[in-house]
Amino acid sequence: MSAGTYTPRPGAAPLHRMIAAQAALETRMLLRNGEQLLLTVVIPALLLVLFSAVDVVDTGAGEAVDFLTPGILALAVMSTAFTGQAIATGFERRYGVLKRLGASPLPRWGLMTAKTLSVLVTEVLQVVLLTVIAFALGWSPQGNPFSVLLLLVLGTVAFSGLGLLMAGTLKAEATLAAANLVFLLLLVGGGVVVPLDRFPEAAQSALGLLPISALSDGLRDVLQHGAAMPWGDAAVLAVWAVLGLGAAARFFRWE
Amino acid sequence: MSSEPVVQARGLVKRYGTRTAVDGLDLEVSAGAVTAVLGPNGAGKTTTIETCEGYRRPDGGTVRVLGLDPVADAAALRPRIGVMLQSGGVYSGARAEEMLRHMAKLHADPLDVGPLVERLGLGSCGRTTYRRLSGGQQQRLALAMAVVGRPELVFLDEPTAGLDPQARRATWDLIRELRTDGVSVVLTTHFMDEAEELADDVAVIDAGRVIAQGSPERLCRGGAENTLRFTGRPGLDLGSLLKALPDGSEAAELTGGAYRITGRIDPELLATVTSWCAQNGVMPDGIAVERHTLEDVFLELTGKELRA
Repeated sequence: MSAGTYTPRPGAAPLHRMIAAQAALETRMLLRNGEQLLLTVVIPALLLVLFSAVDVVDTGAGEAVDFLTPGILALAVMSTAFTGQAIATGFERRYGVLKRLGASPLPRWGLMTAKTLSVLVTEVLQVVLLTVIAFALGWSPQGNPFSVLLLLVLGTVAFSGLGLLMAGTLKAEATLAAANLVFLLLLVGGGVVVPLDRFPEAAQSALGLLPISALSDGLRDVLQHGAAMPWGDAAVLAVWAVLGLGAAARFFRWE
Repeated sequence: MSSEPVVQARGLVKRYGTRTAVDGLDLEVSAGAVTAVLGPNGAGKTTTIETCEGYRRPDGGTVRVLGLDPVADAAALRPRIGVMLQSGGVYSGARAEEMLRHMAKLHADPLDVGPLVERLGLGSCGRTTYRRLSGGQQQRLALAMAVVGRPELVFLDEPTAGLDPQARRATWDLIRELRTDGVSVVLTTHFMDEAEELADDVAVIDAGRVIAQGSPERLCRGGAENTLRFTGRPGLDLGSLLKALPDGSEAAELTGGAYRITGRIDPELLATVTSWCAQNGVMPDGIAVERHTLEDVFLELTGKELRA
């Protein structure tokens, strides 16, 4: 390299280019990570196929796939926005990635925007894949796609807030363990594959307030039963979103 | 060289809980120079650097970097500085070159990534993910990430820690090229030879304060006296030599024919000694000036006991 190579020419790239580059990198990191793919793609797809084909749980009247697909879509959102994001961000914090990017021209809110975009891109891929599988299994969805979209977005915001709260406050190893445990517990107790009415009545009302229950129940109301817009479930998700993001904004530590 | 300092800290205080990491530190860094911040473990080097980088909000005093407040003016400052953390800073699943290209994309007018990768010997591991890089490769990647945005000022926290001698030289060469091209460099180091070799200016930090600052030559000249040794005929009359030497010099015959002169050893003194030898028909064999190294000065300033 010749003289003058390093002559200062400082400056930030345009904001939209920084955010696009960051979102692309985050998405590549996610798609390259085997454990993340297991969580976000393999497990939801397997559950959908397995529980549709084999009568493991009584899913009530109608086709099993019509009951299962909304729950699996909710699970996909949780796996990416909550579990995957919490684990990845937890380790980025631990390995100083967040710290190093904090000294780059990319503002912190830009980094968070990029993370959100990366979650949304991943979710689109998940929804496409799961929808294709569901149709192959004979799924016949009802309802308004815009209600579905609104619920998915609300669910994403709620789970992102909770995932970032966990990643920004706990140690990376604790986040890894806790995020997986929560994933498993909510998979079983959040109306994803097991209908909530299988649980004792006292538990039902509490479980119904979980973000995963609100999302799977709301999606099911629309996609299985053709409801217009389940405002109750949307409100539950909105409350979780405000609480989660608020707490994350307050308590998130970058190092 | 511009007169405006690129870093100016006055009375800087930073506490972590009850521990005071930086305790009324004053530091000025000149533009276009390489400044080494030297100090024992726990002296406050990293805290000082990270306060300049905007990571830490001072508990007291002021810091200005390129005339800006690193916390309040972070958005304006960050594009203009390059940062190399002591460790980490890269996605464990990112490939070396991929991460560098990403950092380049965050800047308006970055360096060409290809030549930089070659320059730092990262060509062979460009496709290797960060977690599989050796410690030295990780260090060099972090250095590349600090300079790729063509900053005016770079902060390097222990840039050569864990490097083999070749990689260390390559890093030194790069730092010199940065200076030649007008980039100001602030680095922390434990290595005295590194500071002596590279730095235009050295700030010695201990217990959260700058206890000495100056060029390596000046620091070495100050403090302890230097020594001149030679051998010649035993039993020379040192009295006549001492008369010719400046006040404060000392001369002694250690063993038969081995002479030592201590004091301010400068070219005039050397000339005086050699002409005195000539007058006395003495050939001063093995004449040698022993300069104090920065290490001597450092140990003298910071004491020899081990630090936590």
